[in-house]
Amino acid sequence: MRPGDDPSPGLVAVEDHHPQTAAVEDHHPQAAATRLGPTHSGQAAETAGGSASRHPIRSEEHLLTARHAVRAATLDVGFTLVDQTRVVTAASELVRNAYIHGGGGTLTIEVVRRADVRGLRLTVTDHGPGISDLDAAFTDGYTTGPGLGHGLGGARRLMDDFRIHTAEGHGTTVVATRWTTPP
Amino acid sequence: MSDPANSGVPILRLGDVLVTGLLDELDDKAAMAFTEELTQRIVADRATGVLIDISRLELVDSFVARILMELATTTRLLGARVIVAGMRPAVAITLVELGLGLPGVATAVNAEQGMAVLGWQRHPGSQAAGREAAHAPWR
Repeated sequence: MRPGDDPSPGLVAVEDHHPQTAAVEDHHPQAAATRLGPTHSGQAAETAGGSASRHPIRSEEHLLTARHAVRAATLDVGFTLVDQTRVVTAASELVRNAYIHGGGGTLTIEVVRRADVRGLRLTVTDHGPGISDLDAAFTDGYTTGPGLGHGLGGARRLMDDFRIHTAEGHGTTVVATRWTTPP
Repeated sequence: MSDPANSGVPILRLGDVLVTGLLDELDDKAAMAFTEELTQRIVADRATGVLIDISRLELVDSFVARILMELATTTRLLGARVIVAGMRPAVAITLVELGLGLPGVATAVNAEQGMAVLGWQRHPGSQAAGREAAHAPWR
């Protein structure tokens, strides 16, 4: 089901979150994306750690393979068990969103480094209808699909950095990073 | 796993309690099939309780949380109760951060505690009582 199939907004619980606007810039999502969550002064020093893997999200089976790939990556990076669970759960939410609302897409897993801290960056891109109302999409309990409406807001809480880039008709890209030690 | 009528998840009956468990490999379709199977078994077996062991689940995302919450509600409407047992600590922490406290879902620290809550008792020392206990471990 896609947003728009269901005109009823569902349950909207008001949560304190950062208002944001949808940025439109397909080829440089990170530069153009609206930042959500705290800004880190060390941002410029972030570097990719060399290994990036891409995983298609085109079938139910891919939801599982994507999850397994993220789990393996969290082990490589050296996350604690709870952090592994946070990152894999966030990945599961984002990948399922891309599959259900975005009609499929791609997950890219990157090991990143900032000073001596390692982290894992998940980039989930779909070419679906985009999210017309980001404020609503981040609100716990809001859903246009079969879930509980906690996926996007929940995934943001589970990760340290979370950026979303969406425009109606142009798909959605989420870039979410978790560091091995909190920023 | 593509057969919508069969989730491949074993559902055992112990007296009037159904015992089952979820695995990480359960995909969305199988999870929905499991819900249907379980509710049908509750009625067919006249179960009064259902124990769902989730100690093998390495993550519970909002999809699985929804399955569990709906199962608990559906089961209650059928006159039985569900106990979700054995959630891993990391999963519990993550679920809370996700904003999902599983309202309406009864839980137990492990399967044994869950069975006790459902009225299934161990009788240490009752082995001597012999055949009678073996035939009627239920109350």
